[in-house]
Amino acid sequence: MTDIALTTTHNPSRNWGRIALRWLLFTLLGLFALFYLMPLFVMVTTSLKSLEEIRTGSLVAFPREVTFEAWRTAWSGACTGIQCEGLRPYFWNSVILAIPAVLISTMLGALNGYVIAQWKFKGANLIFSLMLFGCFIPFQVVLLPMARMLGMMGIAGTIPGLIFVHVIYGIGFTTLFFRNYYVSIPQELVKAAKVDGAGFFRIFWSIFLPLSLPIIVVTVIWQFTQIWNDFLFGVSFSQAGTQPVTVALNNIVNSTTGVKEYNVDMAAAIIAALPTLLVYVVAGKYFIRGLTAGSVKG
Amino acid sequence: MAPILDIKNLYKNYGSVEILKDINVAIEPGDFLVLVGPSGCGKSTLLNCIAGLEPITAGTIDIGGRDMTHVSPKDRDIAMVFQSYALYPTMSVAKNITFGMKVRGVDAATQEKKLQEVAQQLQIEPLLQRRPGQLSGGQRQRVAMGRALVRDPKLFLFDEPLSNLDAKLRVEMRSEIKKLHHNLNATMVYVTHDQIEAMTLATKIVVLKGGIVQQIGSPAEIYNTPANLFVADFMGSPAMNLIPARAKANGKGTKIEIERAGAAPLVLTDTHAKDLPEDVILGLRPEDIAEAGFRAGEDVQEADCLIDMVEPAGADTYVVSQLGGKQVTARLHAETNARPGENLSLAFDLSKVSYFAPESGERLN
Amino acid sequence: MTEWLERHIPKMVLAPSFIAILVFVYGFIAWTAWVSLTRSRLLPKYEVEGLIQYERLFASPRFDTAMTNLFIFGTLFIVISMVLGLLIAILLDQKIRTEGVLRTIYLYPMALSMIVTGTAWKWIMNPGLGIEKMVRDWGFENFSFDWVIDPDMAIYAVVIAGVWQASGFVMALFLAGLRSVDGEIIKAAQVDGIPNWRIYSAIIIPSMAPIFLSAFIVLAHLAIKSFDLVIALTGGGPGYATDLPATYMYAMAFSRGDIGQAASSAMVMMAVVFAIIVPYLYSELRTKHD
Repeated sequence: MTDIALTTTHNPSRNWGRIALRWLLFTLLGLFALFYLMPLFVMVTTSLKSLEEIRTGSLVAFPREVTFEAWRTAWSGACTGIQCEGLRPYFWNSVILAIPAVLISTMLGALNGYVIAQWKFKGANLIFSLMLFGCFIPFQVVLLPMARMLGMMGIAGTIPGLIFVHVIYGIGFTTLFFRNYYVSIPQELVKAAKVDGAGFFRIFWSIFLPLSLPIIVVTVIWQFTQIWNDFLFGVSFSQAGTQPVTVALNNIVNSTTGVKEYNVDMAAAIIAALPTLLVYVVAGKYFIRGLTAGSVKG
Repeated sequence: MAPILDIKNLYKNYGSVEILKDINVAIEPGDFLVLVGPSGCGKSTLLNCIAGLEPITAGTIDIGGRDMTHVSPKDRDIAMVFQSYALYPTMSVAKNITFGMKVRGVDAATQEKKLQEVAQQLQIEPLLQRRPGQLSGGQRQRVAMGRALVRDPKLFLFDEPLSNLDAKLRVEMRSEIKKLHHNLNATMVYVTHDQIEAMTLATKIVVLKGGIVQQIGSPAEIYNTPANLFVADFMGSPAMNLIPARAKANGKGTKIEIERAGAAPLVLTDTHAKDLPEDVILGLRPEDIAEAGFRAGEDVQEADCLIDMVEPAGADTYVVSQLGGKQVTARLHAETNARPGENLSLAFDLSKVSYFAPESGERLN
Repeated sequence: MTEWLERHIPKMVLAPSFIAILVFVYGFIAWTAWVSLTRSRLLPKYEVEGLIQYERLFASPRFDTAMTNLFIFGTLFIVISMVLGLLIAILLDQKIRTEGVLRTIYLYPMALSMIVTGTAWKWIMNPGLGIEKMVRDWGFENFSFDWVIDPDMAIYAVVIAGVWQASGFVMALFLAGLRSVDGEIIKAAQVDGIPNWRIYSAIIIPSMAPIFLSAFIVLAHLAIKSFDLVIALTGGGPGYATDLPATYMYAMAFSRGDIGQAASSAMVMMAVVFAIIVPYLYSELRTKHD
């Protein structure tokens, strides 16, 4: 930990400078905080206003009269093209899509990371490099063949199809997370367990998995955020009825029929953002810690 | 008696790199074998090969009269203590110790009985419900030993088990391991880079360098008759004095001449040495050079030497003199009158002398 | 048999993922590369015709705009996010009591979908009802802020939203980096009487080179893949003023039915990523082998 806070001095003139500097510091930090908070504030207040008030009032004003009408519409009545059933069905699509995709990709990542970090064999590093590179490709390069592949497998436009896509392209990152975590665990642990008579899965289950809570948290949060917030795969591989919430949100906002209901747009945007925001507020601390640990090391 | 561990012609390669070359070692039940050498000499790899944690490239390993070359670690009837202790971090001490039995399907009552026995033996009963993270280094060490003891194996393997402890604790645990060996009458293979540990614990030492066995023998053999310059230099502290000298046969034996800067050569006569080449390295341990008058014997020869440095070390005082271009250390009694810059008559005990060939480093006598 | 099984279990566990990566990443890249060399339109054709799709691509003014936009957006997005992130990280590093709260505030945009970010900023920058109207209501009648509908300025609107979303993450990276600098070096500098700003500029920041690299890679990667943000904020418009290669590719693949163009533009994106990532991964994996 570095401490470069200004050291105390007893010189009065320098003390004044110090106080002024401190004020400047807080002012700057406060202005930045406003910059980051402003869109959220605007979203929330707009979603609580009536359309009339939006047209006449100011962008940053508090609502004169709070109404949850826009939220109700966004949830169960807004139109995504032809249908007008709100975000609700799509929200649930995202839920039943994200949960299995997160679980499967995390489990595979844990096993892969365990093998690559602790059961090295010839070629394991090459395989890891290939997987790592897979994390960085622009997904546009796989969209076309994947669309055909899903068709061939008979799961085009379905939620299982989307789960499959998210698992496949999540493996790289989940493996990376677990590999980097397990690589710092001394190899002697596996050796001791081997001498004790435990095999591959026993060692994983009894020794490594109980150790893994921090990295499981990081991986689950990462995967959940990625999958919940995904738009590209959702818009490319779903059809009416199986779309995830981000696609539905975009359809609501950009549907050109009728009067533009900005309050509904904002309510819908907040609803779509709520799960990941909640996860971030509850467990974000661990996430940042885990995520930055890796990049600082690199 | 049949050897309990018999390693024959063992080779181990990583790719094209030879890690171990033609290792042949056998020990009897009850032996304490120490594998010692500088880091990177292959000693830990050899231990891993014995444990079955590393496959070997060629050769055989027999344990308890059975060929174990291709048997997996769990079936070799061994237990192992690791340098980092390798305790399972999420399990309590008790679970750490019983994990192996649990895996092997030992019934709960037996597990409990064995656990209590071992805990008592190692005095770790109050720690049984703690996690490894809550233990001190010495306590972890004990738990690691407990995990090995509870197996009651044919062979205990130790991989530098004391190197993570502080100096005082290391000495304590060292004598405890020695006691354990004695009480259990167990067979142990122990890896260390610390030659004092090797000397104090072993009944048999293997000195390794660059994957090649340099010498195998009892601690006394290794100490008194090192097989080559490497062993002579590596074993013993302070190290053996290795002094370039010229040997000339004459009537009574061999005349040994050692060059000195700014003075006439030091001449000693060895009555036993025979057939030495002209250039030799003379090896004499510091304790075999004493102050004149304090060492008697027919092979003791005295000579005046210029003292460069005096280092009192409590029980002894070490003095250093330049001989043959080397700093030569002599171990004197504590009350010596030696002063730097003055001459002192030193007694060289040639009954303990070793000669080495300068080129090959091999022992000559 | 069990012996053999025991020895090969690790490989067998890794195999399904490895095969999946081989097929669905490398196989698919190969497929796209192949199709980019054909005359595919609505349906893929497999007769290789040479670089015709790439010729069409680079002759297309729309793709030209997309590449220019990527360059403008990428540069500004990366530079501003890094500068802002570093600045906030240094400010936050001054023993602020409310650091935890502030960090949360700076970081939360990262948890949002780019669609949400785009939707929010689209509303904020709405010329009729957003910031423009707000400032005019304050009495500045001639104030104008209509970037989202101005073809020349719309890409900068995308930059604002992008920076808002990503700079907090960069801040977190830099903050962790500042904290990981060896404290003794800093104490030594303080004892030597070196002023704080010099300690930052001469000691701490230079020692964070690997973090600059990490941040650059993450941002560059985000910039190239940016698709959702443009879709939600401007829909690629006005016209195709804010098209990026990603939106171009999508339009060709799914609305224009021009698979050849989609494949070739995807390959160009791939090449850009390659040029940035490969040197990074290479150095990364090499240092990790030691």
